[in-house]
Amino acid sequence: MNIVVCLKQVPKKDSILRIAADGKWIDDRDLSYEMSEADAYALEEALRQKEKHGGEVIVICMGPERVRQSIKEALAKGADRAIHLYDEAFDHASDAAGIGRALAAALKDEKFDLVFTGLQSDDYGFAQVGLVIAERLGLSSATIAMEVQPEEGGVRVKRELESGWFQWVKIPLPALLTIQSGINQLRYATLKGIMAAKKKELREVKAADLGLTADDLKPAQVIERAYLPLKSKQTEMIEGKPAEAAAKLVEKLRFDARVL
Amino acid sequence: MDYLLTEEQEQLRRLVEEFVLGDVNPYYEKHGHEEFPWPLFRKLGELGLAAIPFPAEYGGGGLDYSTYIVALEELSRTGSRLGGALAVHGLPQLILNQFGTDEQKSKYLPPMARAELLGAFALTEPHAGSDAASINTRASRRGDKYILRGQKIWITHGGEADIYIVMAVTEKGKGAKGVSSFIVEKGAEGLAFGKRERPMGLPHHTREVFFEDCEIPRHNLIGREGEGFRVAMTALDSGRITVAATSLGLAQAAFDHALRYATERQAFGHPIADFQGIQFMLADMATSIEAARSVTRKAAYLRDRGLPFNAVASMAKLLATDTAMKVSTDAVQIYGGYGTSEDYPVQELFREAKIGQIVEGTNQIQRMIIARELLKKFKQ
Ligand SMILES: Cc1cc2nc3c(=O)[nH]c(=O)nc-3n(C[C@H](O)[C@H](O)[C@H](O)COP(=O)(O)OP(=O)(O)OC[C@H]3O[C@@H](n4cnc5c(N)ncnc54)[C@H](O)[C@@H]3O)c2cc1C
Repeated sequence: MNIVVCLKQVPKKDSILRIAADGKWIDDRDLSYEMSEADAYALEEALRQKEKHGGEVIVICMGPERVRQSIKEALAKGADRAIHLYDEAFDHASDAAGIGRALAAALKDEKFDLVFTGLQSDDYGFAQVGLVIAERLGLSSATIAMEVQPEEGGVRVKRELESGWFQWVKIPLPALLTIQSGINQLRYATLKGIMAAKKKELREVKAADLGLTADDLKPAQVIERAYLPLKSKQTEMIEGKPAEAAAKLVEKLRFDARVL
Repeated sequence: MDYLLTEEQEQLRRLVEEFVLGDVNPYYEKHGHEEFPWPLFRKLGELGLAAIPFPAEYGGGGLDYSTYIVALEELSRTGSRLGGALAVHGLPQLILNQFGTDEQKSKYLPPMARAELLGAFALTEPHAGSDAASINTRASRRGDKYILRGQKIWITHGGEADIYIVMAVTEKGKGAKGVSSFIVEKGAEGLAFGKRERPMGLPHHTREVFFEDCEIPRHNLIGREGEGFRVAMTALDSGRITVAATSLGLAQAAFDHALRYATERQAFGHPIADFQGIQFMLADMATSIEAARSVTRKAAYLRDRGLPFNAVASMAKLLATDTAMKVSTDAVQIYGGYGTSEDYPVQELFREAKIGQIVEGTNQIQRMIIARELLKKFKQ
């Protein structure tokens, strides 16, 4: 079972965000970065599948030099080799179509059974890159995967639907799955893993290697302006008996405010 | 010397950061500081962090001190407890690695690297702290055994540790030259522990350790008789770099809290960070942390190059622990009344910081070591 994991590096969750001078995106000068959360779960799921069924885990990541850090982290956690799409031309690929096109081109000649992406990235949150890749490579696909069970001739996937509903689907291989956050317990890298990662293959790929030009990757969608969320106050009275009201409050704190 | 971390050091730092946020902080929040954090210690072993600078052939990471201190500082970024425990565990490892026989090394170092065995370093006695050469614990040869008699105090991991490196007098009247060092395993007959001492902030688990005609095999002697004081001092030379690193983490933690709080707390219609009086404090805190980190890195760098490093190690220990004390004191000040509350984090860092100025040679003793190095060449 060979699995490709598409990784994206995004600003760290606790970053203090400011709007850039041109007003179109955030100011990225003092930011620290990390692996996008859902991608970290996708990687973990791939490593677990490999531990069960054998095979190879290949990570692929597009971005400037800094993303090497996340690639190395994936290798330190146990991925076998990595592909880094590293070229100024790729900077133009800033929408799902462009990013998906570049990743698909890089995966065209790889031998794999499954491709995992995170459900969506923590920065743009398109939730589309995976599907663009699947479409371009002619793979079957399933989104919001909660459980992955390879079996004869395909893979059974538990998908999350709305309001606590789930759905099991079976799709043929090779397939692309977008992985939901929280479906497994993330591992840490180890010191041994960090040392071993130094010897693993990390292949750099330029746009020209894929037959792509900056023009091919030009986004069809552009961000006109970025805003910080407006802060507003809202008061909601919770009615009912104390015990019921408390239970409701806990539910709101857990699922709406997400502070519990 | 490079001021930037190498790719590998940065990866290690991130691993430690994730571990601190994912396991260490939640563990302490749930279990407090009363008991030794065994699950965290064991996990250090699993992650390969319990023997970073010790040789790979004995299960260690085989990395240099410059890398080791990056991990120690990061491990102390929310408090120096686990970092301190790891640094103390490092003292017996250092001694065994440098002075132990092949047998001693292969018996103890691999399980210590896996964090299956915890180590302790027992030098201080009730009447001999700074003046460590005047210890009284006796070790007498009897056949193929040594019999230890005496008492140690303030022994970090006392009662918890599996392996104790104990300094004891084998020849009376010869001062430092009459001291030898021994391996004492937990469970040895005549080895007993006193009640837990309660240093403020409970950064370490310390106890008195008693040797009541404690019998150990003769081959538990480390090196030769009379070498024990040098063994202990050699370990402390390196240990001081690790104390500096954990204190830096603590200082950085206090500073990070203070910086954030200063931008949030309002007074006179402004965040207090708008006031120059607060800004100057923040600037001084950040400056002193940078300075202490540079000296600490330099001490590690010299050690890694095999150059004399003990004066700079003492400077690092002195500067980093004084910095941690000053920065955490100012952090409490910036928090005002809330800074003194146990519901806020900075008072705990402040209490832990004090310990750094006292352990592994008080900061007065560090100054003596530095001055001795400075004046050495003028002595005939
Ligand atoms: C939390 C904690 C953990 C510890 N863990 C360990 C451990 O694991 N193993 C171990 O062996 N010990 C340990 N110690 C003991 C520690 O190393 C000693 O406390 C320290 O060396 C100081 O000794 P003392 O307390 O006897 O102070 P003293 O030596 O009595 O010193 C008292 C004061 O006099 C000053 N002073 C002494 N001599 C001079 C001088 N010549 N010139 C100027 N000033 C001087 C000192 O700086 C100090 O301010 C620990 C202590 C603490 C608090």
